[in-house]
Amino acid sequence: MIVKALPVSEQATVLSSDDLRKMFEFMLLARLLDERQWVVNRQGKAPFVISCQGHEAAQVGSAYALQAGKDWVLPYYRGLGVVLTLGMSPEDVMLGVFARATDPASGGRQMPAHYSSRPLNIISQSSPTGTQVAHAAGVGLAIHIRNSIAREIVDDAIAWVSFGEGTSSQGDVHEAMNLAGTHKLPVLFCCENNSYAISVPQHKQMGVQDVASRAAGYGFPGVVVDGTDPIACYEATKTAVERARRGDGPTLLEFKCQRLTPHSSDDNDRSYRSTEELKEMRLHDPLHRYTKYLKDEGILTDVDEQALRARIKDQVDAATKAAEAAAVPDPATVLRHVFAETND
Amino acid sequence: MEMTLLEAIRAGLDEAMAADERVFIFGEDVGKRGGVFRVTEGLADKYGEARVMDSPLAESIIVGASIGAACYGLRPVAEIQFADFIWPATNQIVSEAARMRYRSNGVWGCPMVIRAPYGGGIHGALYHSQSIEAFFAHVPGLKVVAPSTPYDAKALIKAAIADPDPVLFLEHKKAYRLIKGEVPEEAYEVPIGKAEVKRAGSDLTIITFGLMLHYALEAAEKLASSAGLQAEVVDLRTIRPLDTATILQSVRKTGKALIIHEDGLTGGIGGEIAALVAEHAFEYLDGPVMRLAGPDIPAMPFAASLEHEYLLSVDDILDKLQAIAAY
Repeated sequence: MIVKALPVSEQATVLSSDDLRKMFEFMLLARLLDERQWVVNRQGKAPFVISCQGHEAAQVGSAYALQAGKDWVLPYYRGLGVVLTLGMSPEDVMLGVFARATDPASGGRQMPAHYSSRPLNIISQSSPTGTQVAHAAGVGLAIHIRNSIAREIVDDAIAWVSFGEGTSSQGDVHEAMNLAGTHKLPVLFCCENNSYAISVPQHKQMGVQDVASRAAGYGFPGVVVDGTDPIACYEATKTAVERARRGDGPTLLEFKCQRLTPHSSDDNDRSYRSTEELKEMRLHDPLHRYTKYLKDEGILTDVDEQALRARIKDQVDAATKAAEAAAVPDPATVLRHVFAETND
Repeated sequence: MEMTLLEAIRAGLDEAMAADERVFIFGEDVGKRGGVFRVTEGLADKYGEARVMDSPLAESIIVGASIGAACYGLRPVAEIQFADFIWPATNQIVSEAARMRYRSNGVWGCPMVIRAPYGGGIHGALYHSQSIEAFFAHVPGLKVVAPSTPYDAKALIKAAIADPDPVLFLEHKKAYRLIKGEVPEEAYEVPIGKAEVKRAGSDLTIITFGLMLHYALEAAEKLASSAGLQAEVVDLRTIRPLDTATILQSVRKTGKALIIHEDGLTGGIGGEIAALVAEHAFEYLDGPVMRLAGPDIPAMPFAASLEHEYLLSVDDILDKLQAIAAY
């Protein structure tokens, strides 16, 4: 369902077989790296894991439409597929899981999955999400101010921000969308709607079917996208990116996806989701769906898939081993970086 | 030249904007109206509405968007119209701006200023009179600055804008036009984190800031003429980080300390300073460390009689000084 029609961009539909395979590779990497985090968690080596499983199509498809290092990206804690697509390495991710000193996101200060990278313009975020949506509007505002001063588009970067449907209840999300709509800021608001905020289902979260329908109240388009279809997610994002780069303003994209795991390693979804529901959910696994699509289209063979799985497994093994062996943060550094240091 | 506190802040903003195109102002009514107190008057005409931008009526996005803009590389000066309105933005200030550098292990930072007019005595009642320094002085990663004189205010607003970390810049509303002083034409600096002895004395120390500094200076003169005692008056200028060296040096010299703030007594910044003095200057003390502060009621009432009763006066300070001197 498209709440407000967007003209489909001409460039958006053109994805080569190479692109489609590359997206598959990122999705598979996200899945296998995510699964490995659960393994090390259950081994007692990592105290906390939070998953992207079920969101891979939305995350990889959407991030594939961005320019890494140019666009500004503010993913929430499920964004593993986003950061891998943009160029974070499996080792970067596992260094965070093991809270090692060289974890590029926070040096082991934050829980895992609080991604951050200066070279990739991924801005550090907190755990109570919603705040980052305001920051994304601020990045958009900064770009708008620069372009207004120059009286031309000197920076056509955009800000891409993601959040769950639960977080869409936060006041910051409203305030951010209102600001972005007021000045047509180059911001993509991406709601990854998996219908659960920990245990609270969507019907107890809001009185609407689609978060995207709220965009009308802010004066920009809201689009509902099948979040289990990476091509649809890419196309919707690409269209919104081009719109924002042109100076035509924000778009709210709502990717309907599944949360295939409990909220986190500390949650038990069987206490609030029925066995039938959990079984049914598995039928909407984006990775299965996309694998089948690529094989049906002759873009991927069984042999290709097996080879790719083996290669990614090696990659994940190597990343896990290297990250586990990396040094823990020096206790003496706990007082550092409260304020800027001379070399910052 | 002589300026009011308000004009000095405006002059500092103006110079910072002229020197650095990354600096912009974002807040309610700051554009055409020049702010409800006129601090930003004329700046939108001079620098354009893109750099002096009216925000929607929503404090969390004023600060939240400023954080995003700061990460992008601009230098936002957010204005919270009245300090009393800052609470919806508390999460963005405390959990986001003040933690950005720490949580990213020094990779990201938030070079931004949040200006907030505070304090009472202008018939502002419960929601236009509050002092908020104690709440925010508790937050590591945030600097809290509160200048008392035009000279300090102009330099400190520029220092706050140039600072690589978030600064809450508190401006006393009643002092805005009441307090006048000389401000040099040429460039000069006042660093964040440095208190200043505004009046030298050897008999006792007053530690204060904001409008209360001016009342304290007046009370000190009266004490000198009435009792021949010389009070040293320390103007904190920065509430966090506290200039412990200047505070302790003065108390060690005089042996007596009175801390004054307009904010309520309990949990106020005076308690922190008293603890500091007790811990590090105990053997120099010649009397109990004392505090003079607002009453522990929710906020300042509207009726003139009630507002007057809330606020400390020069005579209240003089009474307390005499009591301490007599100890």
